[in-house]
Amino acid sequence: MTMAADTGARTERGASLRRLADAPGAVYLLAVLSIGLTLLTPNFFSVENLTNVALQVAVLVIVALGMTLVILTEGIDLSLGPVLGLCGVVMGMLVVSGTPLWLAIAAAVLIGAAFGAANGLLVAYVALPPFIVTLSTFGIAQSLATMLTEGNSITGLPSYVRWFNEGRLIGLPIPLWATAIAFAVTYLLLYHTRFGRYTFAIGGNRRALELSGSNARLFHVLVYVYAGVLTALASFIMTARMNAAHPTIGVGLEFDAIAAVILGGTSFEKGRGGIAGTLIGALAVGVLRNGLNLMGVSTEWQVAIVGLIIIAAVGLDSMRGRNS
Amino acid sequence: MSIGASSAVTASPAELLGLSPDRAFVAISRLTALVVLIVVLSFMSPYFLTWANLVNILRHAAPLFVMSVGLTIVVLTAGIDLSVGAVLGLCACLAASLISTGQPELGVLAALGAGLACGLVNGILVAYARIPAFIATYGMLWIANGLAYVFMSGEVIYGLPASFRVIGTGMLGPVPVPVVIMLVLLAALAVVMQRTPFGRGVYAIGGNPVAARLSGMPVERRLIGVYVLSGLMVAIASLIVIARTNAADVSLGEEQLLPAIAAVCLGGTSLFGGVGGVAGTAVGAIILAVVLNGMNLIGVKTFWQAGVLGLIILLSVLADQLVARRINRPSP
Repeated sequence: MTMAADTGARTERGASLRRLADAPGAVYLLAVLSIGLTLLTPNFFSVENLTNVALQVAVLVIVALGMTLVILTEGIDLSLGPVLGLCGVVMGMLVVSGTPLWLAIAAAVLIGAAFGAANGLLVAYVALPPFIVTLSTFGIAQSLATMLTEGNSITGLPSYVRWFNEGRLIGLPIPLWATAIAFAVTYLLLYHTRFGRYTFAIGGNRRALELSGSNARLFHVLVYVYAGVLTALASFIMTARMNAAHPTIGVGLEFDAIAAVILGGTSFEKGRGGIAGTLIGALAVGVLRNGLNLMGVSTEWQVAIVGLIIIAAVGLDSMRGRNS
Repeated sequence: MSIGASSAVTASPAELLGLSPDRAFVAISRLTALVVLIVVLSFMSPYFLTWANLVNILRHAAPLFVMSVGLTIVVLTAGIDLSVGAVLGLCACLAASLISTGQPELGVLAALGAGLACGLVNGILVAYARIPAFIATYGMLWIANGLAYVFMSGEVIYGLPASFRVIGTGMLGPVPVPVVIMLVLLAALAVVMQRTPFGRGVYAIGGNPVAARLSGMPVERRLIGVYVLSGLMVAIASLIVIARTNAADVSLGEEQLLPAIAAVCLGGTSLFGGVGGVAGTAVGAIILAVVLNGMNLIGVKTFWQAGVLGLIILLSVLADQLVARRINRPSP
């Protein structure tokens, strides 16, 4: 993003204007929404509502972090939504049957990692298109989740599960801690490890990477595994918030996550973007949904509106990419 | 992808038929799968191999084929249309509401218009805005879904006039009307794909887009035509579906994307573009209809359907890819 501003000897003013124009769409969307909603609805700019938005966005941010890495490799993971549902259901069933919590979470993480590994292996080693692979695993995860519960919800979770939604640590709600930790870990991985450098390079120039004989494919698989693991952890936050596990709770979440990533300025081409943008993108999607709710817009319209925004954001990004 | 690089392999019967070895694998594996399915299912259910059930299978295969034949042509250009299911749902809801209130002509026009509009938007986004097809049509999926939800506001439409339902339930002699529609579309599109500049353009764009562009082909217009065709086919399929089920609601479209893609993959059209065709998709739709019918007959719960479809897609693309790679690998 800053590259355009760094190259060439432009005037100071031209460079800063250019930087503003290159800011991801989410920044503008968030600004416009925040101002508009503060003026239009009396409830938006209140501590309760903003805390509520932050809690609602926590799950989305965690899933979108993983999605960012996948999209940086010029991939996509449509299966994350149903995988979240499946992980939540498995964890819920285990906890209800008296399994210790850490073991239940470990099982969910294992399932997330397994789906990630299957996606990653087929994409990286067999070179199948990511949307086909993850659409198939979307169906498989959804079937498994509904089959395990016969389509019902898992309720009657032990009371301590709710602490993970309602509890606070040093004044901050637990879901926000989880989001912050997920962000920090992803940040370190992406910008300070070989894993991160490979993630950018796979999207930037995979051919060169493969020809150089490095184990790029292994890292490519790990990107999908990481997205699956984050999704499993997000499923726990989701289950704690609902105080129940629904097999289809995640369906459509992958759509919000993709919207957050694209609005955050991560491009489907050449490994451009990053997770700071995704954080803003997820906030923008969360505030948008919250605002549409406050204004009484039905969920049906919300779906169509978010779809339009995705297309507009990608269209703008694609036109911008061609101009520079 | 060097397709048809078969020089390393000695001449096989398949090559004598004009098929490269990897395409021969596709053809033989699909026919084998169909035969095995039929044999196994006729042992598992006494009802399977009856005339009534076979006609029933073809009746189900017809709308599957019609909604995935346009998608096939999209895939031949190395594109994808993830919006087929949602657009089918939207067309079905629009058409059913008009038809059930006594305006069948308007209903048919509304479905075709909606399909055309969605296809046109997809095409413009892919061809001119250069948005990757999977993301443009994924956005369209949710837009069409949302519009269908808003339009229906949770209602279900029942009871379409018998005169309209003919296209889903009628018989023309011994052949169900939807099967007649399928055969007519198959013949027409096969001719279009083999004998017209449009069809050759589709294969050229999918096989080698750079060369297609350099040869002066109007690539953007061809692409828009392809996505519009997909939208129109989906609209026709939506009419057959509501005529058969005699009802429409928004959930109709949610369950159609996986079957449509499964029919294309089972039909052997390569997801990388340029290889395959509409005849393969007819075979794919029939195999899929046999699988779904068989699951129904032996009492598999509907929960499993999405998972089975996912597995079918994965297995067929995985097998094709591995075989093509092994055959096309340069010999040492």
